[in-house]
Amino acid sequence: MSGSTHLSARDIEEFGRELDRLRAEVIASRGEDDARYIRRVIAVQRRLEAGGRAVMFASVLPPAWLAGTAMLSVAKILENMEIGHNVLHGQWDWMRDPDIHSTTWEWDFASPADQWKHSHNYAHHIYTNVLGKDRDLGYGMLRVSPEQPWHPIYLAQPLYNLGLAAVFEWGIAIYDAEIERAWQGEKSWGETAGQLGRVLRKAARQGLKDYVAFPLLGGPAFLPVLLGNLTANVTRNVWAHTIITCGHFPAGTRTFTEEEIAEESRGEWYLRQLLGSANISGPAILHLLSGNLSHQIEHHLFPDLPSNRYAQIAPRVRDLCERFGLPYTTGSLPRQTASVWRRITRLALPTVSAARG
Amino acid sequence: MLTAAAGILTSPLAPDDFRAMVNPLWSRQRLSGRVEAVIPETPDASTIVIRPGRGWREHLAGQHVGIGVDIAGVWHWRTFSLSSPPGHPDNLVTITVKAGPGGFVSRHVVRRLHPGEIVRLSQPSGRFVLPEILPARLLFVTAGSGITPVMSMLRGFALAGDMPDVFHAHVAPTGPEVIFGDELRRLAARFPGLHLHEHHTRPVPGRPARRPAIADLSAACTDLPDRMAWICGPRGLLDRAEAYWRAAGLADRLRTERFQPVRRPSGAPGGRVRFVRSDREVAADGGTSLLAVGEEADVVMPSGCRMGVCRTCLARLTGGRVRDLRTGEEHGDPGDLIQTCVSTAVGDVDIDL
Repeated sequence: MSGSTHLSARDIEEFGRELDRLRAEVIASRGEDDARYIRRVIAVQRRLEAGGRAVMFASVLPPAWLAGTAMLSVAKILENMEIGHNVLHGQWDWMRDPDIHSTTWEWDFASPADQWKHSHNYAHHIYTNVLGKDRDLGYGMLRVSPEQPWHPIYLAQPLYNLGLAAVFEWGIAIYDAEIERAWQGEKSWGETAGQLGRVLRKAARQGLKDYVAFPLLGGPAFLPVLLGNLTANVTRNVWAHTIITCGHFPAGTRTFTEEEIAEESRGEWYLRQLLGSANISGPAILHLLSGNLSHQIEHHLFPDLPSNRYAQIAPRVRDLCERFGLPYTTGSLPRQTASVWRRITRLALPTVSAARG
Repeated sequence: MLTAAAGILTSPLAPDDFRAMVNPLWSRQRLSGRVEAVIPETPDASTIVIRPGRGWREHLAGQHVGIGVDIAGVWHWRTFSLSSPPGHPDNLVTITVKAGPGGFVSRHVVRRLHPGEIVRLSQPSGRFVLPEILPARLLFVTAGSGITPVMSMLRGFALAGDMPDVFHAHVAPTGPEVIFGDELRRLAARFPGLHLHEHHTRPVPGRPARRPAIADLSAACTDLPDRMAWICGPRGLLDRAEAYWRAAGLADRLRTERFQPVRRPSGAPGGRVRFVRSDREVAADGGTSLLAVGEEADVVMPSGCRMGVCRTCLARLTGGRVRDLRTGEEHGDPGDLIQTCVSTAVGDVDIDL
C-alpha cells in the first residue's frame, strides 16, 4: 500500500491519526442542529412528493404535468440520495430515533434496504476499489480499470452503460443479489432466488404505486400521471447513476489489488479511500441533490458521519492532503461525467489492457 | 383495509409517517404527547402537563409512563409516575419530576422542557395500583418524589369526592420541600378520612436529624397491620419496609414501587456484546447494563423503567450468559428473553436486536 504514494509508513499513520482526530471532533459536536437538518430534509422531501403527485393530477394542463413531474423527480432524488443512502449508512443512528435509523429504514428503491446495506456498506465501503473484492468496480458489467481483463462484450459497454443509467435501481437490485457468486458456487442458488424474490416483491409494490394506483387515482389523467411517474423514476435513476459513477471512475481515481491491501493498516485504509474516490465541485444545491456524494472523498473516509458535515470538513481534509502531498481529486459535474465516459469508452477497447492506464 | 390501500400509496413508508408529519399526536406508530405546561412545584421539581396523542390508553392511578425526550438531537427515555388522576376531562396527564443531582434527563425535564415541545410516550403500565374493590383502610408511605403515584390516587379519591380511610405518612427534608405539600394539607383538612403524617428529616434547632424508622410509623399508625399498604420511595425505605412487613407476616398486604435504578457492582469482567440484527459489536464491562451498552453503540434499544420493573426492554439472548444486576445471579440460555436494563454481560453475549 505504502508503495502507491511517496509517503513513509510513519507518514501514513500520522495521516490516519489526523483523520481520526477530525472524525472524533465531528462526533463530539453532533447535536441539535444536525438533528434539525435531517428532520427538515425529510419533511421537505415528503411535502415535495405529496405536492408533486397532487399537482400531477391536474395534468390536463401541461405546465402542471411538468411542475408535478419535476417536484416528484426532486423528491425521489432526495429520498434516495440525501436521505435513504445516508440513513442506511447509519449516519443518523446516534439520534436513537427508531424512525430515522439504519436498522428500520426502507427506501423507494428497488433494492431492499438490508440487501443493499450488505453489498454497499460492507463489500463496497470496506474493499473500495479493490479488484475482485469491490463489486461496485464496474458492477460486474463494466470494465472501468485496465487491470480488468478485456472481453468482446465490453465493446458494447458505452451503450449498455447508457441503458444501465435509465434502469439504475433495477440494475443495483439485481446486482445486490450477487448472482455471479451463485454462478461461481460461492453462495447457494436458493439464497439467491430468495433475494431475487424479495426484490420482485418490493418492485411489485413500487410498481403498483407508481404505475397503477396513482394513475388510477388520476382518473382522466391516468396516462399523464403514469408517464410523469415513469419520468421521475428514470430521472432519479440517471441522476443517481451519474453521481455514483463520478465517485470512483473519473480520471485520478485508482484501483488496488488484493495483494496491495494485505495487512492494511488504518492509515493505509484511509489512504486507499482517498485515492479511490473523487469529489464533484459545485453549489450547495448540487451537494444536497447528490446526497453529499459530491463529497465522495469525505464520505469514503467517514461513511457514518452525518452528511451535512462533509461540506464543513472538506476544506480540512483537502488541507491535510496538501500537507502530505496527496492528490485530492475533484472537478465540476460536467468535467467528471465526461471523464467517466472517456474512461468507459477507452476501456471498451482491448488495446489499453497492455499498458497500464 | 383502508390503511392497506393507503399503504400502497405511501410505500415504502407507512401512511402513519405522513400523518405524523402533519401532527405528531396523530401517529399511532409512535405514541407522542405535547407539553402543555411546566409548573414548578419546589425549587427542584416540576409538574409537566402533557396532552397524549391518539392511541393513548388511560392509566390507572399509581401507574408510570415512559417518556422520550429529545436532548441535543438524541432521544432519551425515562420512566416517571403519573401524578394526575385518570379521567381528566381534557385527556391531559401530568408527571412530576424531581431533578436529581446526577440526573441528566430529569434535570432536562425539570429545567428545559417547554410548552409546545413534543415528547414520545409509552403506554402507562405498572402494578402499583389500587384493587378494584378498595380495602376498608389504606396506608400510604411515601418519601420525596415517591409521592407522585400516590398523589394520583389521592387526587382520584378527591375528584370522586369519596375519600376512604387513609393514613398517609410522607418523608421529606423540610416542610416547604414537600412536593404537593399545600395540596396534601388542603386535602387532609377537607377530608376527615385522610390522616396526613409528615416526617421532616433535616435537623432544625431543637430537633436532631432523624431517619424515618418503621417503628415510628407503627407508633403513629396504631392499626398498621389492618391496613393495605402502598409504599414508594428510595431503596433504603423500601428495603426496611419489606423486611418489616415480611417479619410481621403481612407481606401480602404491601405494595411497593421502586424509584431508583439498581445498584451496579463494579469491577466485574464483561465481554464483547454483539447486537446481531443491527450488526454492531462493542466491548462491555461487567457493571454496565446491556441497555446502556446498546444505546452507547446507537442500537435502537427498547426501554422503559430502566430498573427491571416494566419489562419493556426485553430482548432475546441468542448466545452467552448475563448477570442480573439486582441479584448478582448469572443466567441465560439461548432464546431467553432478558431484561437488558438490569443485565450485564458475563463474557461474550449475542443479542437479537
